[in-house]
Amino acid sequence: MEDVKSGGSDGALVEARGVSFAYAEGGPEVVRGASLAVGRGRLAALVGANGSGKSTLVRLLAGLLKPADGEVLFGGVPLAAIEPRVRARRVAYVPQTVSTVFPFTALEVVLTGRSPYTTRFRFESARDVEAARAALRAVDAAHLESRPVTELSGGERQMVALARALAQEPECLLLDEPSAALDLKHRAGLIRHLRRLRDEQGMTALIITHDLMLLDPAFDSVFAMRRGAITAAGAPAEVLREDVLAGIYGDEHVRARRAFGHTFVWSEL
Amino acid sequence: MEGARELAINQKSKVANQKSVVAGARLRRALVLLALVLVASTLVALWVGYQRLDLLALRTDERARVIFFELRLPRVVLAGVVGASLGLVGAALQALFRNPLAEPLTLGVSGGGALGASVAIAFGMGARVGGLPVVFVAAFLGACASVVVVYRLARTGATVLPGALLLAGVVVNTVAAAGVVILQYFADYSRALQILRWMIGSLDVVGFDLVWRMLLFLVPGWLVLLAMTRDLHLLAVDEETAQSLGVNVRRSERLVYVASSLIVGVTVAVGGTIGFVGLIVPHAVRLLFGEDVRVVMPCSFVLGAAFLMLADALARTSFGAGELPVGAITALAGGPVFLWLLRRQQRYTAM
Repeated sequence: MEDVKSGGSDGALVEARGVSFAYAEGGPEVVRGASLAVGRGRLAALVGANGSGKSTLVRLLAGLLKPADGEVLFGGVPLAAIEPRVRARRVAYVPQTVSTVFPFTALEVVLTGRSPYTTRFRFESARDVEAARAALRAVDAAHLESRPVTELSGGERQMVALARALAQEPECLLLDEPSAALDLKHRAGLIRHLRRLRDEQGMTALIITHDLMLLDPAFDSVFAMRRGAITAAGAPAEVLREDVLAGIYGDEHVRARRAFGHTFVWSEL
Repeated sequence: MEGARELAINQKSKVANQKSVVAGARLRRALVLLALVLVASTLVALWVGYQRLDLLALRTDERARVIFFELRLPRVVLAGVVGASLGLVGAALQALFRNPLAEPLTLGVSGGGALGASVAIAFGMGARVGGLPVVFVAAFLGACASVVVVYRLARTGATVLPGALLLAGVVVNTVAAAGVVILQYFADYSRALQILRWMIGSLDVVGFDLVWRMLLFLVPGWLVLLAMTRDLHLLAVDEETAQSLGVNVRRSERLVYVASSLIVGVTVAVGGTIGFVGLIVPHAVRLLFGEDVRVVMPCSFVLGAAFLMLADALARTSFGAGELPVGAITALAGGPVFLWLLRRQQRYTAM
């Protein structure tokens, strides 16, 4: 696969060039020569079958893993050359959930998103607390502020994880299946919120999702992964075609239809 | 029922304590409060003993002065130093391993240190080589070895399995204890007795010399851990997130291992295995002042000092002229706390 550009007038903000990665040395390559580029201010989705390497690719883009081969660029600069705390002010990574066993309050978790802005021996200021509260409000989770995260539901934890990322005030969000634990309303709410961030603040976001129904009107571009490589990329309408989807998921029962301004995708039972 | 009520009370106190959501303000307030507790504990620990402190006698009686300045005062200071160390290390290990049951004893760090120290004692290396007490170094190496073994066994990829961590700690402790027993068996009588005496954990020292020598090793360890409270706070919340926020996870882990092993090794070499201080103290701090690791660590340091001073005062006085090893008292207090936490933790995470 050659470089797949999604366009975008400012050029790519997040870019992978032929990256490969294996968790164990000499082990199977989970990501194999994957290339993608997300333009500044674009909302992009990463789809693919289970185990196709999506989460690993996003971790590589977030700088959590170092590619064995190839290069990850952020704003045209090699990600590896950016100091980690500077990186944290520009890119925020949202894991599938907040995993702590200690009953930190939701506000405490969100406040950790402010740490790239404070020095080692300084605590957050009142202004940081305000920023964290604003982030919680932005995801409709202000009421969770003083609740211990260990007592929250999966979906609520997910919103807290997202608020923490927003508190970082990044240019780019990388989200690993943010909608997995969310109900119907919050799924759509999440996408609406990301669109608002894009439109109002020029936020760039790349989201792993299995929610193909939400892609068509909402996203600017879709990348599809199969066996560690990007095999299809383009506007949602270009990727959400039966022949393309059959290839991505290895499933000939996939159906796609356009109606009410959405593309509906399902697999025949 | 009991647990539910405790939890409710707990939450109420937590809400009350988090009126100030700015962690810095909370830490300042907590430290002022704990400083008062520390002063009070120090006075009590100095006051009680086989002979009550008599200020008048101290001025006139040479014998009373010797008892106070060369026996009681160094011992109280030593208890404070060891308690502070264990409280701090316990809080750091809990954050690093994201496990509320972690502490030097349960992770096998104390056991490894004890084995290292026993080797040195059994081979008669109580002396110093080039000014370095061999027992300290041997205990440090033993503690280092066990923390690495336990951690390697419990870690799979990005997660540390909480059950495996504690099991590995138990096994390392058992193996180390067997090693100590074998050493005792083969060592000559006086050395065997020496090993036995500090194995249970006791703080009887004479003079300040040993305390100064310990501080030479402990202070760097304390400073490293206290400098890492922010990274440990982020790690306690979530490892991957911490990394994405700019924490160098591998480097932080290595620094905490080395600093903790150094601190635990030296305290074990002097006072033996004093268990559960690193468990009780950080949890008491959490209940009082919230979960923020940047608050929990310094507060555990201060409260640990106060706690062990009082435990040692109890050990000195509970049996008239005789005395209990302080390790027995902390274990009696800590065992039930461990079990209570174990039960509570099982509700949060399916181990």
